[in-house]
Amino acid sequence: MTLRVLAAMSGGVDSAVAAARAVEAGHEVTGVHMALSSNPKSYRTGARGCCTLEDSRDARRAADVIGIPFYVWDLAERFDRDVVQDFVSEYAAGRTPNPCLRCNEKIKFAALLDRALALGFDAVCTGHYARLENGVLRRGVDEAKDQSYVLAVCTPEQLAHAMFPLGGSTKAEIRREAERRGLRVADKPDSHDICFIADGDTRAFLTERLGPAPGPIVDVSGEVVGEHQGAYAYTVGQRRGLRIGRPAPDGRPRYVLDVSPATNTVTVGPREALDVHEIVGERPVWLSPRPDGPLECRVQLRAHGEVYDCTVETDDDRLRIRLRSPARGVARGQAAVLYDGDRVLGSATIAETSRVQR
Amino acid sequence: MTYLDHAATTPMLPEAVEAMTAELGRLGNPSSLHAVGRRARRVVEESREIIAEAFDARPSEVIFTGGGTEADNLAVKGIYWARRAADPARIRILASAVEHHAVLDAVQWLADHEGARVEWIPVDGTGRVDPAVVKEMIGPRGGDDIALITVMWANNEVGTVQPIAELAALAREHDIPFHTDAVQAAGQLPVAFAASGVQALTLSGHKLGGPLGVGALLLAKGTDPVPVLHGGGQERDVRSGTLDTPAIAGLAAAVQVARARRDEEARRLTELRDTLIARVKAAVPDAVLNGDPVHRLPGNAHLSFPGCEGDALLMLLDAHGIECSTGSACSAGVAQPSHVLLAMGASVERARGSLRFSLGHTSTEADVDALAAVIGQVVERARRAGLG
Repeated sequence: MTLRVLAAMSGGVDSAVAAARAVEAGHEVTGVHMALSSNPKSYRTGARGCCTLEDSRDARRAADVIGIPFYVWDLAERFDRDVVQDFVSEYAAGRTPNPCLRCNEKIKFAALLDRALALGFDAVCTGHYARLENGVLRRGVDEAKDQSYVLAVCTPEQLAHAMFPLGGSTKAEIRREAERRGLRVADKPDSHDICFIADGDTRAFLTERLGPAPGPIVDVSGEVVGEHQGAYAYTVGQRRGLRIGRPAPDGRPRYVLDVSPATNTVTVGPREALDVHEIVGERPVWLSPRPDGPLECRVQLRAHGEVYDCTVETDDDRLRIRLRSPARGVARGQAAVLYDGDRVLGSATIAETSRVQR
Repeated sequence: MTYLDHAATTPMLPEAVEAMTAELGRLGNPSSLHAVGRRARRVVEESREIIAEAFDARPSEVIFTGGGTEADNLAVKGIYWARRAADPARIRILASAVEHHAVLDAVQWLADHEGARVEWIPVDGTGRVDPAVVKEMIGPRGGDDIALITVMWANNEVGTVQPIAELAALAREHDIPFHTDAVQAAGQLPVAFAASGVQALTLSGHKLGGPLGVGALLLAKGTDPVPVLHGGGQERDVRSGTLDTPAIAGLAAAVQVARARRDEEARRLTELRDTLIARVKAAVPDAVLNGDPVHRLPGNAHLSFPGCEGDALLMLLDAHGIECSTGSACSAGVAQPSHVLLAMGASVERARGSLRFSLGHTSTEADVDALAAVIGQVVERARRAGLG
């Protein structure tokens, strides 16, 4: 069936090949580049990030080669509100957000999709490495590139209008295909870091927006071992950048165990104190039927992170996830994504973690 | 395909293609003294004479350039520099608020880098400059501190035609050089250089059926701008660079044809345009015509569609094979609200929700039919998307 497809084109190789594949599949495709900054130069320059002027031109050039209409849509306001400001306020609340995930949830498959549907499109196509068939979301076959984690927060309604043509391929295959198709972005380096933090310095970005807020760094006994310039800049599991002069009595490295915005305190301790046995997730999204009783499955707790066997119990609007073996460095605000093999069952936002085994 | 974007560029006239391609195969630098140079020079000078005659200028007043933007820059910067050099007190520039960016940004650049004091001449709700306002702006000193006044002949976005002769007379009273960008007007209106009383007038090839990349600045005797391009001293030392004989031959051929058909074509386009406006309004009753209903380019229809975004309309029309424009400049491909509409007092929403349909020599009733057939549903859809 021929669909009217809106291909989101970042200017990178993945979304370009995804658009080309949608055309080849017989769909009527229009390329759209999302302008996400009202001042494009302030975002990453060069080929590493997204939403620079150069990326916009690369996307247009790719669309011309593919032979599809191309437009730039200004989504800067929505992006700033739903992703950038959310990012800052989540850190301020002591959580660790994943902005790529938020961008999928609120921008690509919300603001962009809504506008596309209103304009008569049937689907939004992106260059994500994930497979989507009959509403079933699976990991991409390229394990290193798999992006099912950052898509798992999308609802079935959102995914019903999504198209991921790259899920069955590896990145190497996509690069070769881009070259074969004459897409000059074939050699463009992958983007990694957060696109709206120009120099990659998240702490400086947060300090600029939240202002310095000095406070104590304490150990598990409550003894002050150092000072920080803002608890918001710390993430559970973090080891580097603590700047504690005095070594721990046992001489072992210390990790961030907890961030408390209420008391502006960062708690540090030994690595094993990071072990988490139980997680409470909120705002669950089910991509499979909501289970009646306890569910045995696996859970991933951060992008490209390890996968753990677990038992999930549903309780109103919360999930209780019991891990079979402890996980380390689990941060509130990240997503807990439930898998059955490579199939995504659902997700929830990590609200609480418990280090006690019950 | 329904091409309703002739103000962006219009198809080359067959006569222009023929004249240009004939020259492309021939050798000769018009500045050379030998036979092939003389032959090329003859083509250039005959072209100059044709253009001069068509626009009521003397051949020596025609300065060939690489297009309208270059001619605008030469006029604005060159005249400013020359006037300031003659008297350092002359640093004021009066420019209409609705100029094309080739003038707007050149003027702003002079303000940012060359000490110019820019005063933007306001326009009324239809985009017209009021000569009485300009008179007031010239001020009690009689304008001896003014380097130049620049007001376009007809606006590229909304098609409003300015009272150029009146404005030029006013400037002349005070011996202030007056420049006008006549890029949009030249092919459609009786543009007479000498009779208008302006000192500098910009022309562009591809807006009147000639080739891209060539234009001219008509420059009255005694108006000597400081050059922007220095080099071999061609074109009265005002614009150096080897003359582009093929493009100039193509430009002259287009000008000749356009001049011969002008009045008849203007009547035809005016009628077609009025039909277009009426049929769009019939399909979308709350559509609003922007610009002056009377003092208007024959081929221009510029309309606002309340509740719509121009971008969405453009895309939906494109999907139906209808090519038009929002008429405004882009930054990173993101449409900015038009400075022209804002200067006319339109809200940002109205400025964003506007489209320009521009007709030209290949436009037919069928083009209007095609637009009328889809505009209703397109606006309805864009409106739904605009509510999001």
